[in-house]
Amino acid sequence: MKFGVVVFPGTWSDDDFHYVISEVLRQPVKLVWHRDRDLSGIDCVILPGGFAYGDYLRAGAVAARSPVMEELTEFAARGGLVLGSCNGFQILCEARLLPGALMRNECLHNRCQSVHLVTERTDTPFTSGLRAGQVLTMPISHGEGKYVADPDTLARLVARRQVVFRYATADGEVAEAANPNGSMDSIAGVVNEGGTVLGMMPHPERAAEMAMGSTDGLSLLSSLLGTLVEDGGFVRR
Amino acid sequence: MITVRVLVRLKPGILDVQGAAVKRALGGLGFADLEDLRIGKVVDLAIDANGEEHARARVDEMCRKLLANPILEDYTIEVVGDLAAPRSGR
Repeated sequence: MKFGVVVFPGTWSDDDFHYVISEVLRQPVKLVWHRDRDLSGIDCVILPGGFAYGDYLRAGAVAARSPVMEELTEFAARGGLVLGSCNGFQILCEARLLPGALMRNECLHNRCQSVHLVTERTDTPFTSGLRAGQVLTMPISHGEGKYVADPDTLARLVARRQVVFRYATADGEVAEAANPNGSMDSIAGVVNEGGTVLGMMPHPERAAEMAMGSTDGLSLLSSLLGTLVEDGGFVRR
Repeated sequence: MITVRVLVRLKPGILDVQGAAVKRALGGLGFADLEDLRIGKVVDLAIDANGEEHARARVDEMCRKLLANPILEDYTIEVVGDLAAPRSGR
């Protein structure tokens, strides 16, 4: 599986993703500059964390209108896999590739800490290697990660099982005390209707080797290796 | 040249945590009569448009495409002035 990691001015997790994919997963990966429109040969596009375009106007707003995103929209429409983490999730929402929006943390603090996530879905390419209800531990680092959507959108997300991760306690219980940013319904990650575009505030690339304290993030990327996308769907190998 | 001012505000139902923090700070300065405070953004634009209505339509398109996020924000467009120099006729 070939990965592309998109680099905007102000992106900072690009090298981390590149390292994890090339050195830990041992998969081919290339960096894609935001002005490039060529995603040919890439199976999975990563939108990493950072402050693309300084997050001017709104987090991810300017990045969502850059040239690579036009191509990425077509790539996603063809069933291509897209993973946006942190700023990448904000960009995917701003680009309307995912529903909802991310706004200032309710506590007003930047949250840089380890969190627990409960896995709500295992039938996506990103979570096929996980168990239902599995609790993952990985870091968050953001000031604008409160997921919001209007009531109808939220109801539709839940009905269509588009919520993939929720903030939870170490035991996997979804509780307000375990919600670090005030996200509605404790939402930490959502997919599009086809399950092929995932946005999440936590950083899987920062939980990819034992030296980082957790390898739970790696299990998302390794799930992808067992996945073959065909005709907009996917099968487990 | 027509100058236009866009005001972008969080929608009424959306919690404005920055506004709440500033309101608390003003309360701490003794402004006990302050009942509500919400923070928005001002975007001033100068646009080469063919009249006010044209300017308004162009800026509305800009708001829909980038300046405001309809999930979170409302916006208002105000034409501030027409800076066009009198045509010289040359």
